[in-house]
Amino acid sequence: MQILKSAVGRKVLMAITGQSMVLFAVVHMLGNSSIFVGPDGINAYAKHLHDLGALVWLFRAGLFALAAIHIFYAIQLTLENSAANPAGYAVKKQIKATFASSTMIWTGVVIMAFIVYHLLHFTARLTPGVVQGVDALGRFDVFTMVVSAFKNFGTSAIYVIAMAALFLHLSHGIQSFFQTMGWNTDKTQCTISAIGKAVAFILLAGYVVIPLSILASALIK
Amino acid sequence: MSDHNSNTMNLTLQVWRQKGPNAPGKLETYEAKHVSPDMSFLEMLDEVNETLIKKGVDPIAFDHDCREGICGMCSQVVNGVPHGGQDRTTVCQLHMRSFKDGDTIFIEPWRARAFPVIKDLAVDRSALDTIIQAGGYVSCHTGGVADGNAILIPKPEADYAMDAAECIGCGACVAGCPNGSAMLFTSAKVAQLAVLPQGKAEAATRVNAMTEALKECGFGNCTNHYECQASCPKGINVKFIAKLNREYLKAIAN
Repeated sequence: MQILKSAVGRKVLMAITGQSMVLFAVVHMLGNSSIFVGPDGINAYAKHLHDLGALVWLFRAGLFALAAIHIFYAIQLTLENSAANPAGYAVKKQIKATFASSTMIWTGVVIMAFIVYHLLHFTARLTPGVVQGVDALGRFDVFTMVVSAFKNFGTSAIYVIAMAALFLHLSHGIQSFFQTMGWNTDKTQCTISAIGKAVAFILLAGYVVIPLSILASALIK
Repeated sequence: MSDHNSNTMNLTLQVWRQKGPNAPGKLETYEAKHVSPDMSFLEMLDEVNETLIKKGVDPIAFDHDCREGICGMCSQVVNGVPHGGQDRTTVCQLHMRSFKDGDTIFIEPWRARAFPVIKDLAVDRSALDTIIQAGGYVSCHTGGVADGNAILIPKPEADYAMDAAECIGCGACVAGCPNGSAMLFTSAKVAQLAVLPQGKAEAATRVNAMTEALKECGFGNCTNHYECQASCPKGINVKFIAKLNREYLKAIAN
């Protein structure tokens, strides 16, 4: 297929898969916020999700496919791009390129490593020291699991660092999506760029507020 | 002009010297003495070459032609920026008043796999011609000179096409791009022709052929750094890359 080889086609695939995962990140963040309701909030939310049964696995398979496509073309395109620019300049100034735009592959690696850890930690619950129990209503006690995990400074630090990488990745990635899909003009560029950074920041804040507030004992009564 | 004219400057140049395409290159240091601020950058290099020739040293090879900022031949990365970083200015129109006495100036060729060095600062940019040959044209019988008003084009579209057509094909976008991509160059031609009635008919085949040629020539892929626009001496806007992407998606849909 031509799209899978094209300079623009693969970029479009990167954009669509990336943006789909951003949408997932937004929904995930909103779901997380149910922890502020207390054990009843997040435990009920988790049970509700798990009761979807086969749909959960369908959704997971979809997410896995998105991530796999995104990562595959990220590596392929990055290798091609560094091959296209082999001899570096003795002196090179970046005028418009940013730290975020220049480090996409590395922030991507951090995020990927984090996702593996995060799945082992809270989904498979295979990492040592995960508190697993049920609440008074017999539901899996997500609240206690999360709160006890984030009381550990090291664990919280991993999550905060990973979210900082996500912020950098998305501060370039979200606006990049609109450019790649051709939904950008010189008039919209500044606004789209600002909105992209704002969304990336909202995600950062929405995610790190949980480990940080637990560390600050705000959730511990 | 006396040697001690207070207006002139003495500069140190770090210039990329490379005997041929396959020879190893390196930065060599030269002194540029008594440089007038009114000289253009290329005139300054001409003077340095005069002194090199007198010393029996091979002069620095660099591309140049019109020296008016319109032909797209001059191609030097000055202090890490293609064309030296003055807004919408080719290096031939960069003047020595932008520098001050005692400055060290780094002068390097365009660097990209698709632009092999011919000698010193001169690189082979025929890959850009290959991209144009792939689809940067309208293949209809043109006949004699058409009447100016035979095909009416709304002013905003004419302006848009003219903004894209401003590209002089110098390759600064490639030189500035961290990925060595010629996407801005390609997009300028795709956008210019796609918006005009004469070019619309072949828009789909053109965008596919030109982006394919871009890849075949060994240029990298665009990752939206927008370094190209910042490097462009004609200020070609990255909105044309968005237009190219749009044209590509339209071509898939059809």
